[in-house]
Order: sequence, then C-alpha cells, then structure tokens
Amino acid sequence: MALPYVWLLLFFVVPFVIVLKISFADVDLAIPPYTPLLEWGAKHALTIKLNFDNYAFLFTDSLYLHAFANSVKVAFISTVFCLLIGYPMAYGIARAAPNVRNVLLLLVILPFWTSLLLRVYAWIGLMKANGVINNILMSLGLIHEPLTMLYTPFAMYVGIVYSYLPFLILPLYSNLEKMDWQLLEAAQDLGCRPWQAFYKITLPLSRNGILAGSMLVFIPATGEFVIPALLGGPNALMIGRVLWDEFFANRAWPVASAVAILMLILLVPFMMWYQSVQARESAGTR
Amino acid sequence: MAATGGAIKAQPWKDPAARPYVQIDRVCKSFGDFKAVDDVSLKIYKGEIFCLLGASGCGKTTLLRMLGGFETPTSGKIFIDGEDMTGVPPYERPVNMMFQSYALFPHMTVEQNVAFGLKQDRVPKQEIRERVGAMLDLVKLGSFAKRKPQQLSGGQRQRVALARSLVKRPKLLLLDEPLGALDKKLREHTQFELVSIQDTLGVTFVVVTHDQEEAMTLASRIGVMNHGEIVQAGTPSEIYEFPSSKFVADFVGSVNMFEGKLIEDEPEYVRIGSEELGGTIYVSHGISAPPEAVVWAAVRPEKIFMSTAAPEGSDNVVRGAVQDIAYLGDLSIYLVKLPTGKVVRVTQPNTSRHAEAIGWDQQVYLSWDASSPVVVTR
Repeated sequence: MALPYVWLLLFFVVPFVIVLKISFADVDLAIPPYTPLLEWGAKHALTIKLNFDNYAFLFTDSLYLHAFANSVKVAFISTVFCLLIGYPMAYGIARAAPNVRNVLLLLVILPFWTSLLLRVYAWIGLMKANGVINNILMSLGLIHEPLTMLYTPFAMYVGIVYSYLPFLILPLYSNLEKMDWQLLEAAQDLGCRPWQAFYKITLPLSRNGILAGSMLVFIPATGEFVIPALLGGPNALMIGRVLWDEFFANRAWPVASAVAILMLILLVPFMMWYQSVQARESAGTR
Repeated sequence: MAATGGAIKAQPWKDPAARPYVQIDRVCKSFGDFKAVDDVSLKIYKGEIFCLLGASGCGKTTLLRMLGGFETPTSGKIFIDGEDMTGVPPYERPVNMMFQSYALFPHMTVEQNVAFGLKQDRVPKQEIRERVGAMLDLVKLGSFAKRKPQQLSGGQRQRVALARSLVKRPKLLLLDEPLGALDKKLREHTQFELVSIQDTLGVTFVVVTHDQEEAMTLASRIGVMNHGEIVQAGTPSEIYEFPSSKFVADFVGSVNMFEGKLIEDEPEYVRIGSEELGGTIYVSHGISAPPEAVVWAAVRPEKIFMSTAAPEGSDNVVRGAVQDIAYLGDLSIYLVKLPTGKVVRVTQPNTSRHAEAIGWDQQVYLSWDASSPVVVTR
C-alpha cells in the first residue's frame, strides 16, 4: 500500500522541494550555480536565507508575464481547435460499428508508437518552403511561389493540435461510448431535429468528457517547449522556452526555478478541476 | 387470464366502412439478407389498444419503430390518420413513443423530462407548467417532480416515461415492452392503470410485448407475430379460443397438441384418430381440410376434466397416470402421462380447501367436451 506514496515522494515531492529550494536561492558562480539556502553561521547557528528577488524579478521584467500570457493563449486556442477537430472524431468512433471502432481507435493511438520529435520533424518536411505541401500546390498550379508556413504561429498550432489531439479524443470517446443513443431517438420523438437533439442531449451529457479532454490538452500545452521551438520560429515566446533559456543559456537556475514554480501555481487550479471532473465521471453522475 | 378487452367497446374492425387510424400496407423491412418484417398489412382503429405479440426477434419492435419513424420500410407504406408517412421524420409525426429502456434524460429532472417535448414545440411557459403538473398528477408522481431519473425506482421511471410520451397529447402512442422492467405485482397494477389512462385520454395505443398475459390484459386486439409475419390478428378471446395455427395455439397460453388424421369429416362434426393420444377425438364442428390430412387438435389444460371414475362414451377420453403436480394456490397443474408416452397438462381450480386429493402416480381419466378442441391444419 505504501508503494505509491514512496513513488510520489521520490519522483514528485523530492524534485519539487529541490526546485522550490532553488527558486529561493541566489545565482552564484559555483557548482551547482546557486547559493545554498541553509548555512552554518559563525556562531554555529543555522541561518536560512530566503531570496524572494527571483519572484519579484519575474514581475518586473514584462518578458515573463508576456510569456505566461502567451502560453495560456496558445494553449487555449490549441484546445479549442483540438475540440473542434476531436469532438467529431470521438463521436464518429463512438457511433461506429464495434469492429470498425477498434480499428479507428488504433489509428488514433498509432502515432504514439513513434517519437514525438520524429513526428514534429515530419511536419517540418511537410511545411517547409520546398516541402511536400508547397511542392504539391505548385505542381497543381494553385500557387506560384511557396507559402511561408514553417516558423509561423500557424505551423506551431498545427504541431500542437496534431500532437495533443489523441489526448482529447480518448477521454471524450470513453465518455461518448457510454452514451445511450436511444436518448437521441427519444429527443427526436419529442420533436427535436437531429442537431437540436445533439445540442440538448449529447453535448450536455458529454460535458465531463469535453472537460477532461480539454484539460489533458490545455495543461501540458501550456508548458509545451519542443513544438514551439521547432515549428514556431523566434517569435513564439512561450513559458517553456523561457524556462529553457534561463536554465541553459543564462544559467540562472534560481530564476528558472521561480518560473517553474509560478507555472505550476498557474496550472494547479486547472489540474484540480480536471481531478474533480474525473472523479465525477468515474462516479457515473452527470 | 382476464381478457378485459381494453377500453374499446365497439368493434370498428368488423365495420368495413370504418376508417382505420393507422394503416400498414404490405410493409417489408430487411436488414441485409434478414427479413425482419415480411409483408405485414394491418388496420388499427382510433381508441384501440393493439398489441403486437411475439417472441424476441419476430420483428414486432422493428414494426413499431417503423411507425415511429426510426426505421424506413424497405417496401410498403404506412398511413397515419390517412397521411402517407413515407419520408416523414420522427420529429414531424403525430406519434410519441415510450421506449423499452424508458430513455429518460439523465441530466434533467422528472419535471424537465416531461416538459421537454412541450418546450420543443414552444408551448407558452404557463401552459407547460399546467400540463406537466396535470400529467405528473395523473401518473401519481407530483411529489417527485424535482428528482433526477437515477433517484427513482423502476416503476416510477416507467411512469415518468409514460407521462413524457403522453404530455404532447399524441393521437398515437407506441409502447415498446412498457412493463418489461417491472416486477409481477407492479406489472399487474400498471396494466390496469395503463388501460384506464388510455380510456381517459382516448389515445390509440400500439403496444409491443413478448408477454402473452400482458397482451391479453391490455389489448383490444392482438396481432401475433412470427418470423416477421402477422400470423393471426384478433381479439384476445379469438386468439385464445380460436387459434388459427399450431404456433398461435402454443404461443398464447399453454395447450395440449394431439397430432392425428381425419377419420370422419362431416359438415357438423369431425372425428380424429390420434396415435399420440391413443384414442379418438370428436369435435362438434366441421373444419376445412382435405381428407386424410394431418391435423392437430389443440385442447387447453383448463378444459380437460380429470376424474378417478371412468366417464361415459369412448371419444375424448383417455387414461393416464399422474406424473407431477404443481400447486399454485388458486389452481393446480397436473402432468398426466398417457400409455403412449405423451404427457398431458391439466389445470384444475382449487375450489375447495379440502378437495378430494389426487396424488402422484394415481391412475386418472381425462376427458373434454366435444366443443373444446380446436383443430388446426398448420
């Protein structure tokens, strides 16, 4: 019984405490590059030096708040697009014949069998100036010079939506799959057109699936680093990127840690919301 | 088994001038190679409770779903109130359906469920409130208006489903196994309730059921279905007393079937020789069958007399040994084994508390009136 707690302690609590500790330290020319928090002073007294400058710094330089806001914006827009694309897919899979359903589900999961990095590079190949898409459009005569897709926000959104789509489809599917389709017939029997039945019955009943799927996209997309870095170009300022730069380029571990902690605080409400949705979903109440 | 005859007292189906409310005209429905409904024609009249009775997979639910607009006939036409329903979607039909699973909306309260159809029709709020309230009172759920379906018992859900399907005042109500999920006591109670509600509102009911007792209690007429066809349609007593085939005789109630050959075939009577019975059966009415044809004489268990002393005459009498007795309180079922090996089912009402007891292995005589057997040729 204690094993999960040991696991959590080792791989979550301890790293978290270390990061928290670093975020209160100061930069130092040392290995590791920050000042220790606890020190034995001259009179053998234990002194704790908490340095709040890192946090204060994040609020004085607009770069960080800007990055935070941009991350939330990108994650939100990506979630909306994932929903728009993923809902019809999840719905289609849930309503497909059982033998077709497994094939469709497999197709959703299949991309996970290759590395994310590889798939993002594949998108580079598709979207670059002399890439597959431009070549096809040019040979068809639809365009005369290559479209600039790569290193634009467009490419970044394509990458994020593509990568996180399964995380939305799977929980939504598992919700819709439990749906009693006879309810739609009952709604039609009582005078609803099919789209009204969808709006009044299916949509409210799949609310938990929508929320769960959206959180599974929104939370990790906020901290996404790889996709904006590879597809988004220099202007894609996201918090994950800032974190990377602070940590490896500036070697400002304390500031980087403060960014990480702040991001966590930002995401905790969403995680808690997700948890409560999950709990409701497994309890079976709507 | 009381055939109340439902709410309808007149018998419009006997009047050739009467206009049917629902007319099913040579309707077929195939799913791939499987013929779910095979050339069904039916006329159902205003105010009837028409029961489609059959085993599962006989096509009765498919036929009902075609009336509701949830399935499209492969061929043939359905008319409701004289209007061709081909291509009319469910939400435009003057019909409501009560689903077997009840299909109550789990995210709405009882009240919201019942009001759903009225809101859809943009009925004024005040009127919705009144009609929903009246309907919930009718099904005795007034105090449960704010509950969610999950917080109700099976019987209560059934009544919510009924209220929801009736509140729009449909001319035709389709009920798919309406009492299937209820226990026996509640089912009996609800049967009579359904009939009285139908009587009050004057709605035409088409009910699908596999339970012949339910069909008997509810129906003004029953259509017995088998393999997608209507094998016989008639009042409950017609179906029970004058089954047209072995299948109907066997499906509706229990019956003893004796295979035999016509040995005398006169307009007023027939005599059947049955090897299965080990005797002859005299029937006091003529039948139409070719001479020497194989026929079956069907005798209901309650129409067989059982005695320890030999009755007079040689027709319609047979001797056997009591093999098994089931005491049901109001009546007892006796299984009597004939010398031919055939086991005959006999029911006797327990009219007296101290009746002369017939015990296991006792030799008894079985006999019946000449008017009791029904002779069927298929």
